[in-house]
Amino acid sequence: MATPRRGTGAGLRFSPWNLLLIIPLWILCTPLYNRATPELFGMPFFYWFQFVGIAVGVACTAVVYVMTRETPTVPARGEGTDVDDLDEGSAL
Amino acid sequence: MNDLHWPELIIFGLLFLLVTVLGFVASRWKAGSTLDHLDEWGLGGRKFGSWITWFLIGGDLYTAYTFVAVPALLFGAGAMGFFAMPYTIIAYPLVFLPLLRLWSVSRARGYVTPADFVRGRYGSPVLATLVAVTGIVATMPYIALQLVGLEAVLRTMGFNAGGFLGHLPLLIAFVILAIYTYQSGLRAPALIAFVKDLLIYVVILVAVLYLPAKLGGWGEIFSAAEAKFAETESPNDGLLLNANNQLQYATLAFGSALALFLYPHAATGVLASRGRNVLKRNMSALPAYSVLLGLLALLGFAAIAAGTEALTNQATGRPDTNTIVPKLFDDLFPSWFAGIAFSAIGIGALVPAAIMSIAAANLWTRNIYKEFLRRDATPADEARQAKLASLVVKFGAVACILFIDPQFSIDLQLIGGVVILQTLPSVAIALYTRWFHRWGLIAGWFVGMFWGLLLLYNIPNPATGKPHFGGSALALDKLNILGWQPFAGSQVQIYVGIVALVANLLVAAVVTVVARRLRVFNGTDDTDPGDYHVDEGDKNLRPVGAQH
Repeated sequence: MATPRRGTGAGLRFSPWNLLLIIPLWILCTPLYNRATPELFGMPFFYWFQFVGIAVGVACTAVVYVMTRETPTVPARGEGTDVDDLDEGSAL
Repeated sequence: MNDLHWPELIIFGLLFLLVTVLGFVASRWKAGSTLDHLDEWGLGGRKFGSWITWFLIGGDLYTAYTFVAVPALLFGAGAMGFFAMPYTIIAYPLVFLPLLRLWSVSRARGYVTPADFVRGRYGSPVLATLVAVTGIVATMPYIALQLVGLEAVLRTMGFNAGGFLGHLPLLIAFVILAIYTYQSGLRAPALIAFVKDLLIYVVILVAVLYLPAKLGGWGEIFSAAEAKFAETESPNDGLLLNANNQLQYATLAFGSALALFLYPHAATGVLASRGRNVLKRNMSALPAYSVLLGLLALLGFAAIAAGTEALTNQATGRPDTNTIVPKLFDDLFPSWFAGIAFSAIGIGALVPAAIMSIAAANLWTRNIYKEFLRRDATPADEARQAKLASLVVKFGAVACILFIDPQFSIDLQLIGGVVILQTLPSVAIALYTRWFHRWGLIAGWFVGMFWGLLLLYNIPNPATGKPHFGGSALALDKLNILGWQPFAGSQVQIYVGIVALVANLLVAAVVTVVARRLRVFNGTDDTDPGDYHVDEGDKNLRPVGAQH
């Protein structure tokens, strides 16, 4: 099998931006929005608030994506490739 | 066969023909060197980009059944049915990081199924088989439910005969689906998903603008719904949640979100993508479907305002609430547009049914056939076996609908969510740590599975007079741990899946501690820490379709 040995100590790579992914869980807190008013377009608060919840979820995942995007790096020509570089590399 | 709706049928027929052609053409679309390998047949060559992945996973998760059942839930029970919203809001942030690790390790090691990963991580055929069997059992009724969705549409269009004749159109549609899935593998649903999702987007956007206007606005719709729920005796319906079902709402959403990507068909869609960035992008793009689902769910209330009545299913003789949305479209839309709407739901059944049968076939082939029946199977043997298995799985689902009451499939799907959740420690947690001992995981699985099933069995549904499997909401009063009732008297409800998962984790932890004390061998780990970060374009990346 062609899988190379990789650098050790690569078990968990944590970025603080990932903490943003916890925010959307607020939608599980039903007392926050389980009421009828204020209405929007005739829709009780309970319903339209959860559509806002989608927007918050999208915002959080989008920020995490942009901030932790695995940027393509092309190793400099002629230099021996370090195993740690292999993880970040991309042909695109 | 009386009063067939011809304009609707003609449009449905034409669009069905279009996707059939696409299904067969798909075998040559982005073709690799061979289709005789599970990387190609079962995962589409592991090279789908952001758009295809978006359509594929969207078409996979937001199924025809979802589109008919969620509005039917709101129609029947009100706010509780809206749990699909928090469910799909939290699902993507929750799985964002674990899915990346699953994709990378599967890409690095050539895993095709989640059970392959468990096999590699713990070196335990027992644990891997449990995960595989759980996946197959949870997926089968889900496929059958796609047929329920498709049939709801066919019956609304006039094919509402009793007996075998009533099922014939469904059977024909499914035979065609089975043949092109056999030939083209995952590429068929990936290509058809484009048509399906575009149709769905058009239909729902038109529906949520046109129907409220026709019914006097959302204000009118919600008032009509409120009046209906005020009349019923049931304490658990209404436009808002009450003190007893809020916990059920939150735990059902949370449990369903945790379960979502444990389903084999969801994992298949994920593993078929090209790289980590594709997945990250999709985690923020997929909620677009949640907006659709939320809007569509509200059409359940629109059906109340419009006075829509569920069609009586001639095969079972009972009113079928799943026909509410098709019936609403049939009543209020001009027939040509109703035809488009029905095609959207009907084709919407084919995409997930195809992906699910491929996922189940992959599990059977990799984790049962190759593990126990033919250890020396070549990749070509695996592909052949998986193609045959996909046929068996599909006809099994048809048989479920034809010969058994469809209610059985609905019950099974309810069970499926609880059941698949029990693989969370072995799959999702194992992506991060090997702290749990493999015997701990096996013991936890057994306890979670059997306790979960027992709890579900004992839940009655007073509304339909069913003594067993009446829902997934457990009154805390009924929680009984070997005779000890921690919440006696409480009518607060909680989702059974979460209760079973907690028991599963506790048992797994205790057995892990004991097994470590006794120094029981914990299997060998085939994976490297670096495997969990592999990405497309890495040097020395395992080639797709590698001959081992």
